[in-house]
Formats: sequence, C-alpha cells, structure tokens
Amino acid sequence: MALRAGELSVGDVREAVLVDGLTRTQVVQYAGASGDFNPLHSDEVYAREVAGYPGVFAHGMLTMGMTGRILTDWVGDGRLVRYGVRFVKQVWPGDTLTARAEVTAVKADETPPVAEFSVVTTNQHGAQVLVGAGAARLDP
Amino acid sequence: MAVDRFPIEEGAILTFARAIGDPNPIYSDRDYAAASEVGAVLAPPTFVQASAHFDPDYPLRPQIGAPWFGSGQAPTGREPAAGGGTGLHAEQHYTYHRPLVAGEVLAATTRFGDSWEKEGRSGNLRFSETITEYRTPDGELVVTARSVGVMTERPVAWEG
Repeated sequence: MALRAGELSVGDVREAVLVDGLTRTQVVQYAGASGDFNPLHSDEVYAREVAGYPGVFAHGMLTMGMTGRILTDWVGDGRLVRYGVRFVKQVWPGDTLTARAEVTAVKADETPPVAEFSVVTTNQHGAQVLVGAGAARLDP
Repeated sequence: MAVDRFPIEEGAILTFARAIGDPNPIYSDRDYAAASEVGAVLAPPTFVQASAHFDPDYPLRPQIGAPWFGSGQAPTGREPAAGGGTGLHAEQHYTYHRPLVAGEVLAATTRFGDSWEKEGRSGNLRFSETITEYRTPDGELVVTARSVGVMTERPVAWEG
C-alpha cells in the first residue's frame, strides 16, 4: 500500500535482516539472474589463485538489490523515484546483513509529495557494507 | 554498452526477485500485480542490471566458443592488472521516471561520464562513471542509471 505524506516523519526508522548467512548458491543465482558472470563471484579457484582474494564474494549489486526491499516494503510498489548506493565493503558467503532506513525529509508540499531516506546495510560484525539514499513518491 | 532490445519478461523478474531474496508477490503473482496500483508484474528497483543479458558485447559473460577467463582444470584467465588489482563496482544510482513493468521493451544507451583518481587502502584508485538511459521504442525515458567503477592497484583489503 502506498504511504500518505502524513504517515511519515523525519527520523522514522525501519530495520530488517536481509539475509542470514549468505550462501554461495544465492550469489550464483544472482549471477544468473543479472547476467554478471564475473568469476570473482562464482569461481573460488579464480578468486583465490588469479585475483588474490580469500574466495568468492557477492556482487555489490546483489547487496543493493537485497537492500532495496527495506525501501520498497515501506513506501509501496512502484513508488521509488531515486535509489543510489556506495559499496563500502565486500560481502562474503556466510555474512548476515541487516538494512536500516531512516526518513531524512518529507516534502509534503510538493506535487506529488516526496519522502527522502538514508539507507545503511551492515554485516554481522557491525561494519557498514553499503550506504545510500532513496526517494519515494507519496500520496497527498 | 548498447542494448537494442531489452524485453522486460515475467520469468526474468521472477528469477531476479528470487536471487535478491525478495518474496514480494508484485514480482511473481500476475493476479496480485494486476489488482495493484501499478497493474502488472513490476520490475524490482535494480532489475535493469539484467539488460547485460541482451548486450552482445558484455564482457562478463562467456561467449560461445571463445576462451573465458575463469578456471577450469587449472586457474586460467587474463593476467590481473599490474600488482593484482581488480575492477570493482564502487557506486550505483538510479532515477526512476516511472514504474517499469513486465511486457515492456526497452533499449539502453551508455555514455561515459567523469573519471577521477584517489589514493586508498588498495593503492591508487581509478574511478570512472557511466550513465545508461533506458527508453521505450517511442523514446520515453524510464530509468536512468549512473554507475561508478573503480580499478584498484591491489586486491581490496578484506580484514577489519
């Protein structure tokens, strides 16, 4: 359901666990769905022995995709007007990710009204892996 | 990147939503979606990434009959960049001009934006920006994507 401008206030917060112990299989699912088959994300031998990482890690875009839900579950389907992120830290198999969104502005006088949000996704160590922002169209 | 024809397909949306772990029925249930405000199965916010499937020259997909840089019986692949650096995704930003739904067909064109350098934990970092516009056959702009990539001098530190 879409939100009305009066239902949101600056400082309102939502949190959700996005994934509890990310699996390599889900990373492979994302490779297939997105078409990004970079072996860094699915090929342990390549990631370790050619690229010099301890193993495969998730696509940043998988974390961005998972994080989007903290906004879309809140503002309603088809209501986002902007969504942007910076990838801060890699996400590894086994990681548990929690997203937090906070209302940073409610522009009730605009047509249509718009709410702005900050988003942060952290791993099980409390380290930020993604920071970003979004904006959504509200009902008057 | 240029994609002449990017069909927004229900099955592709279903598998994409599964991959990002989002059970919202707007991405999979036709009847639910038909009764919703958007009126059709909706593409998730980051779905346009899947246009890579329709880019004939996309470098991160094996091409039939061509050598691939992943491993087989032994590690293979292109030499990593000097010093063991990696090309990574640094930022991604979308502007949604309206909701994107199954059944539409888009085309995408990409242009280069700014580029800059800075020193980081993984040595010299070279950033470059690309802007992709997704439009309908009539030229209506549906999604604008701005992507920032970074080429690192060394593998990115994974401790701490």
